[in-house]
Amino acid sequence: MLFLLPSDVLVWLLVIAVAVFALYCSRRPHLAAPWARVFRNRAAMAAAVFLCAYLLVGLLDSVHYRPRLPVAAPNAPVVYAVGVRSLLDRLLTPLRTQLEKTYSAPLATHLFQKELVRAPGGGTWRAFPRLRYGGAHLEVVSARGRDLAQRALGGAGAALLLWLLAVAAARRTLLRRWPEAAWGAAGAALGALLVVAGVVAALATGYHVLGTDRVGNDVLYQALKSIRTSLVIGTLTTLVLLPLGVGAGIAAGYFKRRVDDVVQYVYTTLSSIPAVLLIAASVLMVQVYVDTHPALFPTSAQRADFRLLSLCAILGGVGWTSLARLVRGEALKLSELDYVQAAQAFGVSHARIVTRHILPNVAHIVVITLVLEFSSLVLAEAVLSYIGVGVDPSTISFGTMINAARLEMARDPMVWWSLGAAFIFMLALVLAANLFADAVRDGFDPRVRVGAVREAAG
Amino acid sequence: MLAYTVRRALYAIPILIGINLVTFALFFLVNTPDDMARMQLGAKRVTPEAIEKWKAQRGYDRPLLWNGAAPGAEKFSDTIFFAKSLRLFTLDFGRAEDNRDIAREIRTRMWPSLALALPVFLVGLAVNVSFALGMAFFRASVIDLWGVVLCVVLMSISTLFYIIGGQYLIAKLWRLVPISGYAGGLDALRFLILPVIVGVVGAFGAGARLYRTLFLEEMAKDYVRTARAKGLAERVVLFRHVLKNALIPILTGVVVVIPSLFLGSLITESFFGIPGLGSYTIDAIQAQDFAVVRAMVFIGSVLYIVGLVLTDLSYTLVDPRVRFD
Repeated sequence: MLFLLPSDVLVWLLVIAVAVFALYCSRRPHLAAPWARVFRNRAAMAAAVFLCAYLLVGLLDSVHYRPRLPVAAPNAPVVYAVGVRSLLDRLLTPLRTQLEKTYSAPLATHLFQKELVRAPGGGTWRAFPRLRYGGAHLEVVSARGRDLAQRALGGAGAALLLWLLAVAAARRTLLRRWPEAAWGAAGAALGALLVVAGVVAALATGYHVLGTDRVGNDVLYQALKSIRTSLVIGTLTTLVLLPLGVGAGIAAGYFKRRVDDVVQYVYTTLSSIPAVLLIAASVLMVQVYVDTHPALFPTSAQRADFRLLSLCAILGGVGWTSLARLVRGEALKLSELDYVQAAQAFGVSHARIVTRHILPNVAHIVVITLVLEFSSLVLAEAVLSYIGVGVDPSTISFGTMINAARLEMARDPMVWWSLGAAFIFMLALVLAANLFADAVRDGFDPRVRVGAVREAAG
Repeated sequence: MLAYTVRRALYAIPILIGINLVTFALFFLVNTPDDMARMQLGAKRVTPEAIEKWKAQRGYDRPLLWNGAAPGAEKFSDTIFFAKSLRLFTLDFGRAEDNRDIAREIRTRMWPSLALALPVFLVGLAVNVSFALGMAFFRASVIDLWGVVLCVVLMSISTLFYIIGGQYLIAKLWRLVPISGYAGGLDALRFLILPVIVGVVGAFGAGARLYRTLFLEEMAKDYVRTARAKGLAERVVLFRHVLKNALIPILTGVVVVIPSLFLGSLITESFFGIPGLGSYTIDAIQAQDFAVVRAMVFIGSVLYIVGLVLTDLSYTLVDPRVRFD
């Protein structure tokens, strides 16, 4: 039974909104041109491929349902489980369900800690027992190297095949439609990504590719589940930040006088409070609210979802001030321009002037700010969850992963794979977001354009 | 000058009042004191008497804004808003959950914070500026390109990894300095080296890249072209002209954080066990000690506003075009 959490609904609404915006941009040359510049940037195209891969995982993880319970009697009514699962959980069922006892290293066949093992002839001694699932198909452990190589080669081969198909398909469609974009970089990034994914997927059928954590959960599964949390925080925050920042900024810049005074006072006050402290205090208050109103959240998934959404709302409520400041400055400039003055003289209503003349001309600032904001939000989530004012402890996120693993580096021999996995997955996401954001800024920033023209002129 | 300073400081008063209202709304209107009591007491021990006792101990048993039952001026003064929120202005923060005086705690804890934050700030600024200057000198070359790439990669790594990695590499692998802890006096040096390095490296990427942009913007100006046109060496242009002029926005830009150095750094301090205000705040957040968090929000905002005032003053000092009126 489909069971969409509130955050799922918002995520899909956002996807639709972005699609509509893309369509809107493609129809208007002044917005399509900057995007064309972005897509000519090779780093941006490679980054976009990675972002799309993350997005795919995140969206798969944003379709939740309640699985049907096994039928007890032939004519019994259909009963659904209380817990929700996502399509990603469904795809990764082996990873999710094949729990080991405790730590095991990446691709290991044996547990990381010694245990009492019963000897065949009676008596016990301490040894590293075999894993329940990781490498359990091997009859002799020494065959592991060969088995790994075979699986990896198979995975890489399948990935290459898929890549060739994708490239061939792209040549016929995308390349013809937009010949000037940097498809070479995108293709290379896609190839690298597919090969890595293929190898990992092939190995994951028989091993824990990134090991298991203290309670035996697969680390790869946790890293993949963390992606949705990061994306939700990086994008849904926009839903609060955007209306507040653009609304307040335009109101202040266009109407000036009293409205400007009030808006400036509000955002100066809010931005004077150190952001981390304001966020921490707000999250504490949400925690109190959740704890004292248990009736509102019947399942733990709903409670976690509420905390995730409220974190987004808080981050947006704290972060809109910088956007408002930028938009206000631009709106101040725009409202003095001749065509706005002319529109006012003709008696065009304020609402119409704002939507026709002001809003389209601050769009570039909004796009730049939102894209730049994304990577800092992903980083902020990890820090906030680490200090205990981020997502619900039961939500898998990079912050909760790091928090759970922080003492593992001190163990001897050390357990590095949980932190390593969080590090790699976060670095790839944030780096791709940063590279893409830089290209967006360069593409949309009018100052850059002037510079380019000057260069071109000699 | 003095008149300007006073006037600028007076502008801060409405903002301080606004901050006070925000903290009041956040801590007492979003959730009632009863809710906080239930949360603190835990589900098992919640009885009406226990809640009343909890509130009475902390002075939360008054009305929020208007005490109709009290005589005379106490109608206003015997309220939570007056006793808890307005008192913040007199730096009276009340007591923490462990019954210690918060103001006293802040006074002792701000020095370790400063001992960590000040070196991070100064060393970081020097490192970032010199690295940015180097990239600007070799602009549009391989060195510049890889410098920017390095900055972007460093920016993309979470602070948490710098701390965990630095702690592991330096303290465990190389056994050079203690992993965490703190001591007074000169001994503090041994404990501070590692967090300072971590703090500097963690802020390096974003800082160096920003300053490089500032340097490049400065180098596109007309007077630089004039300097080159009259035959000055690139080195002289860079160090004698560009550096001086580009330092103005850099220095006035960092003035705002100087007062906040007293607050220290939240995560670095708690990771390295330095008994500063940052770790105090983290502990309070984790123990859900509302009084301490409220005090820190207020103190942090006050320090930031002081920083804003200092920034304005520094503009007038370095740039004669900004007039005092």
